[in-house]
Amino acid sequence: MSVAVKHHTLSVLVENKAGVLTRIAGLFARRGFNIYSLAVAPTDDERFSRITIVVDVESKPLEQITKQLFKLINVVKISELDPEASVERELVLATVRAGAGGTRGQVIELVQVFEGKIVDVGPDQLTVMMAGTPAKVDDFEDLMRPYGIVELQRTGRVALPKLERQAPRLRSVSGKVG
Amino acid sequence: MKLTGAQALIKSLEMEGVEVMFGLPGGAILPVYDPIIDSTIRHVLVRHEQGAGHMAEGYAHVTGRPGVAMVTSGPAATNIVTPLCDAYMDSVPMVVVTGQVPSSAIGSDAFQECDTTGITMSVTKHNWLVMDAQDIPRIVREAFHIATTGRPGPVLIDVPKDVSMQSMDWYWPDGVDLPGYKPTTIGHPRMIKEAARLIGESRRPVIYAGGGILKSRGAEALRALAELTGIPVVTTLMARGAFPDRHELCLGMPGMHGNYTAVTAMQRADLLIALGSRFDDRVTGKVSGFAPEARIIHVDIDPAELGKVRRPDVPIVGDCRRVIEELVRAVEALGGAASQPDRSEWMAQLRRWQQEYPLRYEQSFDDGGALKPQYVLEQLRDATPDDTIVVSGVGQHQMWTSQYWRFDHPYTWVNSGGLGTMGFAVPAAIGAKVGRPDRMVWAVDGDGCFQMTAQELVTATAERIPVKVAILNNAYLGMVRQWQEMFYEERYSEVYLSPDLPDYVKWAEAMGCVGLRVEHPEEVLPAIEKANEIDDRPVVIDFRTDSAEKVYPMVAAGTSNDDIIVDPAHGEGGR
Repeated sequence: MSVAVKHHTLSVLVENKAGVLTRIAGLFARRGFNIYSLAVAPTDDERFSRITIVVDVESKPLEQITKQLFKLINVVKISELDPEASVERELVLATVRAGAGGTRGQVIELVQVFEGKIVDVGPDQLTVMMAGTPAKVDDFEDLMRPYGIVELQRTGRVALPKLERQAPRLRSVSGKVG
Repeated sequence: MKLTGAQALIKSLEMEGVEVMFGLPGGAILPVYDPIIDSTIRHVLVRHEQGAGHMAEGYAHVTGRPGVAMVTSGPAATNIVTPLCDAYMDSVPMVVVTGQVPSSAIGSDAFQECDTTGITMSVTKHNWLVMDAQDIPRIVREAFHIATTGRPGPVLIDVPKDVSMQSMDWYWPDGVDLPGYKPTTIGHPRMIKEAARLIGESRRPVIYAGGGILKSRGAEALRALAELTGIPVVTTLMARGAFPDRHELCLGMPGMHGNYTAVTAMQRADLLIALGSRFDDRVTGKVSGFAPEARIIHVDIDPAELGKVRRPDVPIVGDCRRVIEELVRAVEALGGAASQPDRSEWMAQLRRWQQEYPLRYEQSFDDGGALKPQYVLEQLRDATPDDTIVVSGVGQHQMWTSQYWRFDHPYTWVNSGGLGTMGFAVPAAIGAKVGRPDRMVWAVDGDGCFQMTAQELVTATAERIPVKVAILNNAYLGMVRQWQEMFYEERYSEVYLSPDLPDYVKWAEAMGCVGLRVEHPEEVLPAIEKANEIDDRPVVIDFRTDSAEKVYPMVAAGTSNDDIIVDPAHGEGGR
């Protein structure tokens, strides 16, 4: 499940208004663009939300996607986050088979190695949490699978530009800056 | 000052300078119809909500001001979806107000409830569901701002019944606060210089003028650019009238049914200067075969149009008129007309094509000779004032009108380009006549189109809006028939309509219009002259035209513009 170059991460600042997510999802649907993952939450300024969209650019060129997104009245700013110059994190929750007499110890050990947490304990299952780069979350998921994943939920990635010595390479895709 | 939401809505429309709106009341919009009685705004009561939308579009096309339509919830809202989509495709400024069930009932499948903002999201530039009457002036202000600026388009305001009845403190906002909406209107100076440089190098340039010229009120600027540089101009279906057909540099309409010279000039050009045009598939034919040798300067106010179909060498985001004016200055700075290369060979080539491949049809005046639609159009064109507004529906009659009319003034041509909405002509003509009562307004319609929206002639009679309708009655869904003849081995499937059913003359009379019928060429002019004299009610002329007549030239769908079929007797694929 690696995210190769055909995916790009867009950080979209939107007005925090009813129906904004529908407008964005609807735009993607009607223009034939594909969303790979999506994470939405309000920013520190409650008038705005930030949507982190990983887009599949095999469907349409990135430029056309961003230009069409810009036309939505509620979209304030779009930045393309270069993976090289941004920090990306994703969180996964997984319920894994781990009986007391069996593999439980191994699962706990792996969670510790990945600096995850045990968030719930049942007689035969554990629910574990792990946050990290999307690649690390992929690895963690692969390693949990042999024990038997009962349920798994990833958040989709969130990202911010890296704090380099110079100004962040937060590239504004078009002229519309709020 | 305390007002109800409904009063605030009407007052806000008055503040925006609205002089007329087109609509039809119903349950959820009832509170808003009450203050209309006391308003300065004229209300035109339509017979079907689709008519209200197209009338608002026709009004907007000819005046440049936003058209306003108001209808109730549910089925009324869904009935106006077609005009919204039509206006969205053709960038027509329009503000639609819909009623909605009371906010407490939203989501409960209440009577005449539908998710209007959800349904219209993809066919409006923006829409609003008003949840607090206090927001109404702000939203109306935003709605008109968004509809009329940047790339114009339709917007919709959905007002629940309880919000209309709520009390609010009246205010009128100073401006709008839209942090995500700042259209770029001024072109990049470096790009404009670069465009001027490319123009100065080009031996075979063509200006590809689109609807954006008209939307930006840029016809004069376009003429200045063409005359300064001596570059010939094609005007797309949406731009007919943006450059005078009479002008020696005018090549007419390109595209699927464009004339040979316009189509071929673009194919052979070394530079296309696309001004407010969008490389629509009806213009380009097969994109990979379109204008293969041409470099592209593309000017559009919508950045998403640049590179959507064809990657420009010089992309310029900005208001067409302003960019063209800057471009004229940039060309002048490089030496103006004197700096342009010798293009006499190119111009001579264009003249040869024009002489060799003019538009052609043959009208027989023998007894029994069928009436040709093109003949009707030429007669109508020559018997009406120069500034007559012509409105068409969609199909063969639309293409013939665009081909055979001579558009010498901007805003004299109203039609449905992008969406291709049959039934557009009658209501759009009514809206156009309301906007320009000083002008003669002729709708040229097909018999298929006419049957879709003809009931709005009742509106026209009742409201004393004297439009004139020429039905080119060939008893068929003619364009579909043409495709079945050419591409489905003459297997005619569900295209026959009958010339006599309905009886168009009686139908017209039943709607309070004057109805006339023309079957022979020699009757054409007298009937038109008679219609032109009537100014107190609508007139409908049922022209019985030749069913077999086809629109030529034609570039078959999916083929290259190089494979243009000039006429059946001529060239590629002719039969």
